[in-house]
Amino acid sequence: MTVTRLKPLHLLLITAAVFLHFVTPVQARDAHYVVEIVEAFLELHSGPGRGYPRFHIAERGERVEVLSRRTDWFRVRTKQGVEGWASRAQLSQTVRPSGEPVTIAPPSRLDYLDRRIEGGVLLGDFGGADALSAYVAWHATRNLSLELGGADLNGRFSSGWWAGLNLVHQPWPEWRVSPFLALGTGVIRIEPRATLVDVEDRTDQVGHAGLGLRMHVTRNFMLRAEYRRYVVFTSRDENEDVNEWKAGFGFFF
Amino acid sequence: MESGFRLLLLNLSAVLGLAVLASGCSRVVDTLDEPVTAEPVIDPRVERRDVRRPKIDTENFELGAYTGFISVEDFGSSTVAGARLAYHITEGLFAEATYGQTTAGRTSFETLSGAVELLAPGERKFRYYDLSLGYNLFPGETFIGRNRAFTSSLYLLLGAGSTDFAGDSRFTISFGAGYRVLLNDWLSAHLMVRDHVFRTDLLGEDKTVHNIEFVIGLGWFF
Repeated sequence: MTVTRLKPLHLLLITAAVFLHFVTPVQARDAHYVVEIVEAFLELHSGPGRGYPRFHIAERGERVEVLSRRTDWFRVRTKQGVEGWASRAQLSQTVRPSGEPVTIAPPSRLDYLDRRIEGGVLLGDFGGADALSAYVAWHATRNLSLELGGADLNGRFSSGWWAGLNLVHQPWPEWRVSPFLALGTGVIRIEPRATLVDVEDRTDQVGHAGLGLRMHVTRNFMLRAEYRRYVVFTSRDENEDVNEWKAGFGFFF
Repeated sequence: MESGFRLLLLNLSAVLGLAVLASGCSRVVDTLDEPVTAEPVIDPRVERRDVRRPKIDTENFELGAYTGFISVEDFGSSTVAGARLAYHITEGLFAEATYGQTTAGRTSFETLSGAVELLAPGERKFRYYDLSLGYNLFPGETFIGRNRAFTSSLYLLLGAGSTDFAGDSRFTISFGAGYRVLLNDWLSAHLMVRDHVFRTDLLGEDKTVHNIEFVIGLGWFF
């Protein structure tokens, strides 16, 4: 029973690798972003979070270099060479040496609407089996997106996986809780449990239609729930229908 | 279609330009002896500002590897190795994908009876993956000695995934806690304890098994 096969995890890792290749920006290492403090001071924390202690204060008129960013925290270096983390809120009160204000807004509603790449994880029930699925979506327009997904299925009597493409149409993307329609196709693999008497493993083509809800919670984080009805095109005389319910979270870049 | 038209225009203008140049040459030769006093009417002294802004390097991803021990219920404990990829969504919240594997040992029954083998050698491979959501609960600093402090945080993990063991894969819930110490601005050290819970009927009865692992690892922010 040790057959090498392409499991959803592999698919996930491959998509992650491809996608990282595109989202990681090429950096100009030597040219740093310099800002000048115009408020009374800029607090430097020892780590990228509000819970880390403040250990240094850069004063008005000082210029600091912004080295890197982690979530909403910016690693900065002062003239004296002190390195620390400044919050987005404080850093957006500084100005560029040219005098223009620094605008570092958190991912807004508009960013959510105009997102291009999105990823997420959902957990649910696939015809009685536990299903864990992951997807990467590319948004062509605000309404239309194409998703590449995979699901790992684990039932009482069998396990398997699904992998496929999903075309999603969101008629009202600007709604906070916005419904969507989905249509897709893929491949499903079903393997009966090893403790059962030998039943054949099967790989079949599968099509699906679905209905779901997406909700922008905060920043680049969203919730998603959906129902899908699959038609498994079996090699036997009749096709099989499977219902899937799932809910999970997603984030965009 | 459009580019063809543009090519035609370019050719036309090139031919015209050459014609103008040829007719102008004789005149240039005529005026060569005159002193050149012509100064530009407007002298632009304004320096052009560089509009290309340096980008701020975002480091929200963390890639890591870990090793340690896992106790596979009924099958003893063994060394586990794995990899993880985390995406830090906010300063508190992160999503993480983990993959680990080990080779499970023998049950006490197998050891005592001597010759009985419950599983084929290949089936002792214990592989798991999970997708988790983590939360940095206690951000703070860890002091080593009087003058050395490292940024650290204690985080909680809750996830779901699958475990491939004894020829079957099982839906698995995993939960645990970890301790992350930032060694510098891009390297982190982790200490993690997690439980992988799934149901199995491998030894006859259907039961829930707990597979607790204790690992240490390194992570790289990029």
